[in-house]
Amino acid sequence: MSVSEKPRFIAQESLIGTRVTKMDAPEKIEGKTRYIHDISLPGQLHAKILRSGRVHARILSIDTRAARALPGVHAVITAADVPDQRPIGVVRDHLPLKGDRVRSLRDEIAAVAADTEEIAAQALSLIEVEYEDLPLLANPEDSQKPGAPVLHDDHPDNVAMRFEYSHGDVRAGEAESDVVLEDTFKLHYVTHCCMGVSGIIVEFDASGSLLMYSNTQVPFLHKREFADYLGMDPSRVRIIQPPIGGGFGSKLDIYPFEVICVFLARAAKRPVKLLFTREEEFLASPTRQPVLLTLRSGCKKDGTLTFRQVHTLHDNGAYTSWGATTPFVMMQTFSSLYRVPHCDYHTVAVYTNNPYAGSFRGYGNLQATFAIEQHMDMMAEAIGMEPLEFRLKNAQDAGEVTGQGMSFKSCGFKECLTTAAARSDYSRKRRENLEQRQSGGPVKRGIGMASMLHVGGGAKIYPSDGCGTILKLDDFAHVTLITGASEIGQGSETVLSQLVCEELGLPMSAVTVVNNDTAITPWDVGVHASRTTFIAGNSAIGAAKKAKVKILAAAAKKLECAEADLDLRGGWVIRAASGEALLDLPRLLRSLHFSDKAELVMTTFYYEPPSVHQDKAFKGDVSAAYAWATQVVEVEVDTETGIVRMNRVTAAHDVGRVLNRLGIEGQIEGGVVMGQGYALTENLLVEMGVMKNPNFRDYKLVTAPEIPEMDISFIESMDGEGPQGAKGVGEAPAICVAAATANAIYNATGVRMFDLPFTPERVYRALAGKSEKLCWKPE
Amino acid sequence: MSLMHDIDFTLNGVRRRATVRVDMSALDMLRETIGLTGTKYGCGEGECGACTIQVDGVSLNSCLMFAVDCHGRQVVTIEGLGADEASTRASALRDAFVEHGAVQCGFCTPGMMMQASHLLDRHPHADAESIKRGIEGNLCRCTGYKKIVDAIVAVGEGIAP
Ligand code: FES
Ligand code: FES
Repeated sequence: MSVSEKPRFIAQESLIGTRVTKMDAPEKIEGKTRYIHDISLPGQLHAKILRSGRVHARILSIDTRAARALPGVHAVITAADVPDQRPIGVVRDHLPLKGDRVRSLRDEIAAVAADTEEIAAQALSLIEVEYEDLPLLANPEDSQKPGAPVLHDDHPDNVAMRFEYSHGDVRAGEAESDVVLEDTFKLHYVTHCCMGVSGIIVEFDASGSLLMYSNTQVPFLHKREFADYLGMDPSRVRIIQPPIGGGFGSKLDIYPFEVICVFLARAAKRPVKLLFTREEEFLASPTRQPVLLTLRSGCKKDGTLTFRQVHTLHDNGAYTSWGATTPFVMMQTFSSLYRVPHCDYHTVAVYTNNPYAGSFRGYGNLQATFAIEQHMDMMAEAIGMEPLEFRLKNAQDAGEVTGQGMSFKSCGFKECLTTAAARSDYSRKRRENLEQRQSGGPVKRGIGMASMLHVGGGAKIYPSDGCGTILKLDDFAHVTLITGASEIGQGSETVLSQLVCEELGLPMSAVTVVNNDTAITPWDVGVHASRTTFIAGNSAIGAAKKAKVKILAAAAKKLECAEADLDLRGGWVIRAASGEALLDLPRLLRSLHFSDKAELVMTTFYYEPPSVHQDKAFKGDVSAAYAWATQVVEVEVDTETGIVRMNRVTAAHDVGRVLNRLGIEGQIEGGVVMGQGYALTENLLVEMGVMKNPNFRDYKLVTAPEIPEMDISFIESMDGEGPQGAKGVGEAPAICVAAATANAIYNATGVRMFDLPFTPERVYRALAGKSEKLCWKPE
Repeated sequence: MSLMHDIDFTLNGVRRRATVRVDMSALDMLRETIGLTGTKYGCGEGECGACTIQVDGVSLNSCLMFAVDCHGRQVVTIEGLGADEASTRASALRDAFVEHGAVQCGFCTPGMMMQASHLLDRHPHADAESIKRGIEGNLCRCTGYKKIVDAIVAVGEGIAP
């Protein structure tokens, strides 16, 4: 702040709910942002990884002699060169470099660090590997059959993880049901497609400390785990996070390429940079989890839900990453989106030779919602009730504690339902479409709705779900906000600055954010579970409030008045009642600094949400708040071609409170279109363990001309624990789209599709009655 | 080693020479040989638009163009966008991208900017539908395109944000 002429009065202006532009936008627009791809360290080498290209095979021999002899090659490593490597991943079942056996097409066999990428690529081509193919396990349904190939010897049943949850007594629930439905749903492979491909730069300093430039979303967990895998002291691992070209959950785990790059840097004693090609990004990045799901649901004639029973089979792929744990989220939707007195839920995640599944925005909730929300429509139809009315009758309210122990302190679910229905004219259009199903031309219109529940106040999965903030004000009332929360493009640094400015009465231009270096920033669990605005926001507010207390105490002393009579506004200490400007803040700060009792205004705060860990039965109030949404999708189905056009999406989201309107609209629009891709265009084709379309030509992302018109409403339930009342929103918008689209297609055509995606060929076959009825039951 | 070739061209208004491998793409030349990293690699095969540049006033995917083919041409990258007489429009576009929230991770943004400026040069009054078609070759995974389209429309109609 520059010293300005003293204004007499300063009117109150709030930043909350306004359209605040993104702090990092200008440099991104000018191409000045340095992503990991754009960083080069002096003396840096380039790395490449040799992948198996075999789906399941024993490695008989690896010959690297020619590669090692190539001029410009500084290091070649195979499993034999790193006897100290340890398995990585959620259940430690994944060795970064494979020495005796490969279990999927992407498996890492060897890696090279060389002067240039071209030399590294040439060296790879000189490595000779002999394999002996092994029998394949490509279909998760076969994994439990007698004689199925065993993928990991310590998992002879091919089961990576199991989840069992229940509340109430589903048998009793079924006995009192008038309608019982059972259907099998099948969810496909999709992948993140971050526009910036994966990469890492690794360097050891003279004392042997490890410095990584990484795109991780969880730097502090990484720091600890890397140390563990490498047998290092965690305090000697430092992670710097350059701006990231998209995350969406893809960067929550440690991947082989990262560990391999560390080994290469250690071997070559030089900084090593490794970047994926786009093809590699498709092949080697974990996917959204494919799921086979059988849902049995019941209700009474009056529309009361009675029970739900769920069995799911998750294709874990060859190794275990976070995808296997998505049942944590799925079961919440089954148990608690609506009031269900009796619910049980069973998941088996099985090993196959397919790509392995990771975490992806929505974390299992897209899959769960796809099944539940179709059944909601089907049950409503079976008892002759309007789908909206049926949902309203069973929707949760504030004050409810669910069978799973989730406690809904703020809950705008019913308002989401009524708002989305009213703004889309849902009930009228639904009826009209039904009437026109049999008449008119080949293009049918349909409208469908779906709702969702997701954690909106963090998720207590780790020992702490907290985030730390360090705040310092300089002599000119410029604030440095040092936060543990990573910016992954979602706009966290902007919203956190906004919250600080709101407390301290400063303009956005008064803040610099530091959020990308584990040697500087305080601990944070990471960007996941839609938690950053809520957790890091509360942490930032906590630090700002402490700073404000200090400043007002000093001002009160100077002015010889009570602190309570003062406030901060527009860079001034003001009289709270009148807004009268009393002291210029920069000058006050300097007088504190350059005095006998010299002091600077610097504060710290660590926020831990008041949530609890779930018990062994998965019960407990795992989030400090919950987010709700209803989305209504309108489609046109061309019954002659199977082409589904998404015309309009009406979204109503309970976000607690809007903080940055521009940012939250962007999150919702981006999430809706990502959901549209999941529903209509994206399909990672994996046949016998082989990925058929690892490129943007054949893996179809939604492009600009295809986007629907979007109408977005915010339900402000003002959560009592949320920062300024806000709740998390990052994942929510992607969750409902596919389910609502399925309901819309049914409304248009009278044909229900239980498997995704709704590509023209698949829709056409379904309309022609040519798709097989899915039917799966666990043995 | 691969064959090298000397070329001579104008980059962002400045005449320059470069020695490049004959099989090198213009994208790699810009990023690696010259060190201008604003132009992005997203796919390397003409499917994402992250590498969009303008050559002799036409936008194209620099990953599909050979570096040697830049010889004798006028090449403009994001770093040079708006350095010439069209600068009012480029700076209006920049402001509009900020004001409309058209940027999230920002990785697609330089390519979008290059494509948008080319589009508006050709069709200053383009409507939303033709703008959507005009950026069809530029993928964005974050924004859902809406705010990008809004930003371009606003500049196209001369409504400074
Ligand atoms: S990198 Fe050139 S189009 Fe994708
Ligand atoms: S802003 Fe991230 S890809 Fe467009």
